[in-house]
Amino acid sequence: MRITFPHLGSAYIPLEEMINGVGHDPVVPPPNNKSTLELGSRLSPEDVCLPFKIILGNMLQGIEAGAESVLMIGGCGPCRLGYYGEAQKVLLRKAGLDVGFLSLEPLGKLEGGTISFLRRVFGPTNPARLVNAARLAWAKLAVVEWLEVLALSTRPMEATKGTSTQVLNQWLNAVRAAQTMGRLREVCRLAADQFEAISKEKDGETHLRIGLVGEIYTVVEPFANRNIEEHLGNLGVEVVRTISLKRWMEDHVFKRLLGLSYVKELQKWAEGYLSGSVGGHGLESVARSIRLARFGLDGVIHILPLACMPEVIAQGILPKVSVDTGTPIMSLVVDEHSSEVGIATRLEAFVDLVERRHYASV
Amino acid sequence: MSEASPRQVYLGVDVGSVSTNFILYDGREPSDKAVVWKRYLRTRGAPLEALRMGLKAMYEGGNWEVVGVGTTGSGRELAGVVLGADVVKNEITAHAIAALNQNRDVQTVIEIGGQDSKLIVIRNGVVVDFAMNTVCAAGTGSFLEQQAMRLGIPVDQLGSLALGSTTPVRIAGRCTVFAESDMIHKQQLGHSMEDIVAGLCSSMARNYLNNVAKGKELVPVVFFQGGVAANQGMRRALQDFIGCPVEVPEHFDVMGAIGAAILAKERLERTGAITKFVGTSLLSSSYRNNSYLCDRCPNQCEIVEIWRDGVFLAGWGARCGRTI
Repeated sequence: MRITFPHLGSAYIPLEEMINGVGHDPVVPPPNNKSTLELGSRLSPEDVCLPFKIILGNMLQGIEAGAESVLMIGGCGPCRLGYYGEAQKVLLRKAGLDVGFLSLEPLGKLEGGTISFLRRVFGPTNPARLVNAARLAWAKLAVVEWLEVLALSTRPMEATKGTSTQVLNQWLNAVRAAQTMGRLREVCRLAADQFEAISKEKDGETHLRIGLVGEIYTVVEPFANRNIEEHLGNLGVEVVRTISLKRWMEDHVFKRLLGLSYVKELQKWAEGYLSGSVGGHGLESVARSIRLARFGLDGVIHILPLACMPEVIAQGILPKVSVDTGTPIMSLVVDEHSSEVGIATRLEAFVDLVERRHYASV
Repeated sequence: MSEASPRQVYLGVDVGSVSTNFILYDGREPSDKAVVWKRYLRTRGAPLEALRMGLKAMYEGGNWEVVGVGTTGSGRELAGVVLGADVVKNEITAHAIAALNQNRDVQTVIEIGGQDSKLIVIRNGVVVDFAMNTVCAAGTGSFLEQQAMRLGIPVDQLGSLALGSTTPVRIAGRCTVFAESDMIHKQQLGHSMEDIVAGLCSSMARNYLNNVAKGKELVPVVFFQGGVAANQGMRRALQDFIGCPVEVPEHFDVMGAIGAAILAKERLERTGAITKFVGTSLLSSSYRNNSYLCDRCPNQCEIVEIWRDGVFLAGWGARCGRTI
């Protein structure tokens, strides 16, 4: 079965590996671009959030590229995203596209019954190949995120703007092509050397550190946040990520399967501001902003899609966190028409502010 | 023209969505006399033409030697490339610098321009917080202008009309389209023009305080700048809501440009560099801008290119970092 799936940063690299391993053909949609959003918006309800529109656009482009089935995350919450798959299935069918829909729901809630769903997915699976692919895919996810974090740390140190991004893209491609764990380890060694060289280009210079929190899709997907990580890096800032897909998998899938909770730690950090989950990443945004501030970061940027309820709650709390901790926090709302200049203006002004504060306190 | 040697000045340009502003700044004068020339032009969607007209007016307006250039506003990159700017700065920093230059004790800057509105919070001469309207341009200058046009009143008379009101009507402030319906409705009920215009000002001020300031502490000295500050009705409405005096600086409409010029002066004095200003060659050259959707990879970036006399000058928009 030819399966397509929505983009989320570089997640297509391990996902593609995994789909291969299960015994299907992955159809990676074209990178998110203007037409993705245009296609997605055309079929979407007007007031739904930006991620819905881009994801639907990915599905349409994947189907156009020959996919017979669409893979989408499901779930019963924690925000509207849990129902997006279902809504998108209806929209695709209404548009006359007869495609299979694989919605990853909790066991017992899978479409057509658990057994039939599992048979559909794992029918062509070779168990030995699956185990290997799962190991490789998990390793690829870890390596991809590790490379991206390396690029975040070297961007403010590079002598020529764009070097880190070029090196990153080169090695992401190598990770994508790697077929063995051995090759993956080799890629790590070679990439580390190159990043190490970049990090010495502006030796001895200090730079600002700004943390990113917010709604997971708009934080992780560069098209949704207009390349915020790269933009800040080019302004000489080291971006500190608080969201990792690997971590998300560990927290939401593995810990949950083991009956462990990741919420308690968040509640502890957010104490006095927010006592429990408000859906999505609302509690995370508050807890992580406080943590970043306590760790002495120079500033925090909070990204949310327009009309995102959980993040709107966080947005209302963060100004108080900012005053109490003395750390500047800026909320950045993204939507279909958030122009590049508008975002650039806010980022530049925020970096100016953080910089002046940083040097005033040194 | 005087026979004396040209006056050394810094040029500040603010290319906004509605207006393009030029000022010349003489750093040897005290700050209240440092702006020696200014021009407020309509951008009319053609920033290159506005830049050329502004420069032409500048050379006709006196005998100057431009020793540094700063640009700001949403068209700052374009203006920076075309003029040969020494500093290209975002408008929030530029507005704050200009306000502080006028009065070192400023703690709050309210700036309402053509399509955006900002709040800048300053403590001890340092910007500590700012906010901008998010994804909606309700409550900005463009709306006032449209409504003035609809009412058949020149936009610069809205303010004095509002001051004549005794009982302002209440107009919904969340969305400008609904505000317009409200206004039409009130007109049809027979309310006076003064009361409707005053209601409009107060709904815009409320919109600003609810959507931009959002409960941030607004403490004196409060500066109100940007094109909308010309409106006395808006000033009064803001003053009523905030509960402290709101000052409109003399050059309220070109504060961004002043900030850009000061930043250019600071930068050049610090680095000792010589200005990159293109001078009169801007007037004799022909500029062409060109935009297209790049098809070299699936990213489909929107690329913009600027050409001078058939020679490639600058380009941006490509995610891969290429310029041509």
